[in-house]
Amino acid sequence: MVTIKELPKEEYLLKGNPACAGCGSAISLRLLFKALGSRIIMIVPACCTTVIQGPYPYAAFNVPMLNIVFEATGAAASGVVAALKRRGIKDVTVIGWAGDGGTVDIGLQALSGAAERGTDFIYICYDNEAYGNTGMQRSGATPFGAWTTTTPTGKREHKKNMPLIMAAHGIPYVATAIPSYPLDFIRKLRKAKEIKGTKYIHILSPCPVGWRFPHNKTIEIGRLAVQTGMWALFEIENGKFKLNPPSSGLLNKEKRKPVREYLKLQGRFRHLTDQDIMEIQRWVDETWENYKKMISC
Amino acid sequence: MAKVIIDTANHIAAYAAKAARVQVVAAYPITPQTTVVEKIAEFVESGEMDADYIRVESEHSAMAACVGAEAAGVRAFTATSAHGLALMHEVLHWAAGSRLPIVMAVINRAMGAPWSIWPDYSDSLSQRDTGWLQFYCADNQEVFDTIIQAYKICEDKRVLLPAMVCSEGFILSHTAMPVKIPDQEEIDDFLPPYEPGWVLDVDNPFSHAPLVSPEWYMEFRYMIQQAMENSKKIIEEVDKEYGERFGFRHGGLVDRYRCEDAELVLVTMGTMGAEAKISVDNLRQEGYKVGLARVRAFRPFPKEVFRELAETARMFTAIDRHVSFGFEGFLFSEIKASLYPRQITGDPPLISGFLAGIGGRDVTFRDIEKIAKKSWNWMEKGKIEKEIVWWKLRD
Ligand SMILES: Cc1ncc(C[n+]2csc(CCOP(=O)(O)OP(=O)(O)O)c2C)c(N)n1
Ligand code: SF4
Ligand SMILES: [Mg+2]
Repeated sequence: MVTIKELPKEEYLLKGNPACAGCGSAISLRLLFKALGSRIIMIVPACCTTVIQGPYPYAAFNVPMLNIVFEATGAAASGVVAALKRRGIKDVTVIGWAGDGGTVDIGLQALSGAAERGTDFIYICYDNEAYGNTGMQRSGATPFGAWTTTTPTGKREHKKNMPLIMAAHGIPYVATAIPSYPLDFIRKLRKAKEIKGTKYIHILSPCPVGWRFPHNKTIEIGRLAVQTGMWALFEIENGKFKLNPPSSGLLNKEKRKPVREYLKLQGRFRHLTDQDIMEIQRWVDETWENYKKMISC
Repeated sequence: MAKVIIDTANHIAAYAAKAARVQVVAAYPITPQTTVVEKIAEFVESGEMDADYIRVESEHSAMAACVGAEAAGVRAFTATSAHGLALMHEVLHWAAGSRLPIVMAVINRAMGAPWSIWPDYSDSLSQRDTGWLQFYCADNQEVFDTIIQAYKICEDKRVLLPAMVCSEGFILSHTAMPVKIPDQEEIDDFLPPYEPGWVLDVDNPFSHAPLVSPEWYMEFRYMIQQAMENSKKIIEEVDKEYGERFGFRHGGLVDRYRCEDAELVLVTMGTMGAEAKISVDNLRQEGYKVGLARVRAFRPFPKEVFRELAETARMFTAIDRHVSFGFEGFLFSEIKASLYPRQITGDPPLISGFLAGIGGRDVTFRDIEKIAKKSWNWMEKGKIEKEIVWWKLRD
């Protein structure tokens, strides 16, 4: 069991970094460093984290960072992993850290290739459900109905289920997380570190700027995402699907809060009609029916 | 003991990667490069080559994996052609900007549309401004030697830039020739293990290639330009040292052939340069004072060498295997630009441009003799009658 008390005091996400106030990704980064310590190498493509790490000559991350082109995180990680192996370095964990755009859209091919080759690294997608760096355009991870700058009247398609796509690669470990449940995230990171092969962790990363909620509500919004079932915390270990608390208690539809409670706090959903909300609710329920099937088989 | 093997330039490129003790190879197949990576796969799986071979899912990923590998401190290699190289374009800039001395064999092939698998330089010359050194080879021996030399040049702390070692598809890639492979110990002595200029290190963390504002970006570009300039001297030095050790010299930046008293200097690259040597010999026998400047290093461009040649030559004729659409052949442009100072001093040589061999059309020594005679005629008249000639173009 992970407890807050036993986490290291060291901060590898340094003060003064230029993340927006209340940024879920910055919270996740801080947790990542606390969970894994400093013997990691980060590979980061173009995304909000390009900005968060600070402009030259400043650096807000106290770990080695390789910045790489937008779609190439998986491939660059393969190169780093191969080089460390050649050099006999065994105690360093390689982390690919990319946004949803860099993962589910433009970076999907390189990530899929890396996973298919069994590259020994942890790939983390921090999902703010849009292209944050370039001003909040739609991505394949943007949910139905959400306003973005390229879907000004709301996106008409549902979110791509990336964790299941990664699970279909047959990799040993896939997990979801959210900074509102830090101990769950830390436990998953530490578990992933001990597993050989490609590990994939998908974090839903509330973004006050893009989702249009007050920056002191990040944790609350994240909790609601889980409580309404818009986001589920689970692990798929060697093909075995398992819901984690509190999601594990929400299989029964009655236990989940209505999605409306999550949606109504965010400006990006302000324009939704009752019909839109019903469609989102339907999609959530269907997704959970699918989880039910995955548990029973 | 050095040994002589008879093999294709593609296999020879694989031998060179092995001899350079490359530690990570990341590659994706494309005609006519395929036999390079197949041979490397064979070497790695038989244990003859002690390297990790990452069988990536695209060339974009091949180059990104090479960037990752070199950034984490090992010597990396890849090979590609045409569309594969074009797909890498973004990462080529990234590799050079990251100052990683990756060496890549480019097996030249014409770009589509329409599809072609035959050689010209439209692939590599489209990558001219990515910050990569570019070498062009005339035979299989030069492919081997240049790959070994390229690691030494690129890894020099005064350079720290990547390089393409280019050879024309099929003309060299699938043509067997005898090649002398020096002893491994001697190569190891010439090319010591890779010592990175910078490396991802958990004990000395820093953020590589982050966001750089206009206040700083220009200085990083200036440093690349300086490194390119530095590399000119190093290319000459390394070629000289290699020649002294192994018996082969290829001419450093420019392979000059019978240029000392030449009035007309033919300028070309790659195998057209090998062919042109025969033309020069024949023309000399007929009394024409013709020489050849075969450009080995297109980047950095050896403008100083051309200024030196212009001390004696009255005319230059560029024979280009690629055209920059909307302008002219690349060598033609570069020579004219290089000789601009003579324009000012009022003593400029004549310069003519021929486009030949595009999309793999055969260019023989007879063609080059005809091109030379046409140019000679213009030189006598003191007038270039046609600015750009498409050689052997159908009506
Ligand atoms: C090839 C390429 N296309 C487009 C861009 C512009 N671009 C940079 S970051 C970005 C969006 C990143 O979105 P995401 O991966 O979700 O990360 P976030 O910014 O939301 O953290 C885009 C479109 C780019 N850098 N490279
Ligand atoms: S735009 Fe959103 S994800 Fe990006 S730094 Fe700001 S809060 Fe974080
Ligand atoms: Mg995003």
